[in-house]
Amino acid sequence: MANIVCAQRFGDVGPLEPAAYQGETVQDVLDAAAMDYPRLKNYVLDDQGRVRKHVAIFVGGAMQPRETVLDNSLGPKDEIYIMQALSGG
Amino acid sequence: MANRVLVATRKGLFDIRQRDPGNWAIHDRHFLGEPVGMVLQDPYDKTLYASLELGHFGTKLHRSDDDGMHWEEVSVPSYASIDGDDAPSLKMIWSMEVGAPGTLWAGTLPGGLFRSTDRGATWEMMRSLWDDPLRKQWVGGGYDEPGIHSICVDPRDANRIVIAVSCGGVWLSEDNGSSWRTATKGLWADYMPPGQKENPAIQDPHRVVQCRDAPDNFWMQHHNGIFRSTDGCVEWGQVSAHPSSFGFTVAVHPQQPDTAWFVPAVKDEKRYPVDGKLIVTRTQDGGKTFPSFATGLPQQESYDLVYRHSLAVDERGEYLAMGSTTGNLWISENGGEAWREVSNHLPPVYAVRFIKD
Repeated sequence: MANIVCAQRFGDVGPLEPAAYQGETVQDVLDAAAMDYPRLKNYVLDDQGRVRKHVAIFVGGAMQPRETVLDNSLGPKDEIYIMQALSGG
Repeated sequence: MANRVLVATRKGLFDIRQRDPGNWAIHDRHFLGEPVGMVLQDPYDKTLYASLELGHFGTKLHRSDDDGMHWEEVSVPSYASIDGDDAPSLKMIWSMEVGAPGTLWAGTLPGGLFRSTDRGATWEMMRSLWDDPLRKQWVGGGYDEPGIHSICVDPRDANRIVIAVSCGGVWLSEDNGSSWRTATKGLWADYMPPGQKENPAIQDPHRVVQCRDAPDNFWMQHHNGIFRSTDGCVEWGQVSAHPSSFGFTVAVHPQQPDTAWFVPAVKDEKRYPVDGKLIVTRTQDGGKTFPSFATGLPQQESYDLVYRHSLAVDERGEYLAMGSTTGNLWISENGGEAWREVSNHLPPVYAVRFIKD
């Protein structure tokens, strides 16, 4: 079980307030949240299931490498925070 | 009578309408702040489609059943079926067209062609094109990865489809996308090394359009100049325009196959209007002559570039719309001879389309 929360930019695509979902890894929790938010994974992941280049995922307050974050094991108090990287104009 | 133009821009989709002859204005806006790469109206059921290129979250496709009052996100083409190291993913929907009734086509970066028969709910990749050994020779042109920017569905036979790729040449299918062959005879690329100038898979057609009422006639703005085919892409012939044959876009008259419009620019690494004067050239004799028109267009210090999909002609061949990279939008009501500005401060324009009410 872990909380997952998305930055405001996600709008109605994901939970904007912390929401608890079952799972041992970030991927598990994302899969569980996608049952309630069916568009979420397509915003966070590309069509090969990789974390998008301009999306950042924090676990326990620390930004995680996008190449490995989906396999991160989660503790019961961990919170997953998903945000867009700051770029563009 | 065509009196609406949809304008896809870096910061939204704009619905431009004619209030009176010579008087066009922004009537509505959608997706403000979001990059809208392409827009399409299905002429059969009037559904609108708009692709969003969200910098963080990837390409999204939205559909409206009520002329833009409400939009619903639908699926996008997916490369998930392609595996291997460094497997590709969707980078952009660069072109969308309607084929047979109920069929949508999408050309994408990095080079996949997709078809939907359920209004965008699901997409099928044209695997034979992707798996063609020549496809692996495609390279980026305009973007880092190759992309399909032109899709011409034959009005006589929707199974006959011509696509164009930057940089990957022109490809023809006569079986609704099941099999493909190159259709580049006569094209050549001046900038390639000896022995590669006529290689079908490296040609860079910037834009290809097909005459609706004489569909064996195609016009092409190629990186290397202007080409025309009058025999259904069996062969292409080069023609020359003044002051430049370089550019990105072309529009063809829907009824008159000898009439086409171009927007010339300096060739080719420094892309802006020749001498800072924006003009439109039009041939009405199949490319023998190209009178140019400047009325209403900036004639000094113009750095407007008109991208592939940012010049459009209406279904009668009378009205044209043109949008530029510096956010200018013009309409002509007399076949491109005179232009009137609609806005000087839109976001950079990616695509313009006349649509039906």
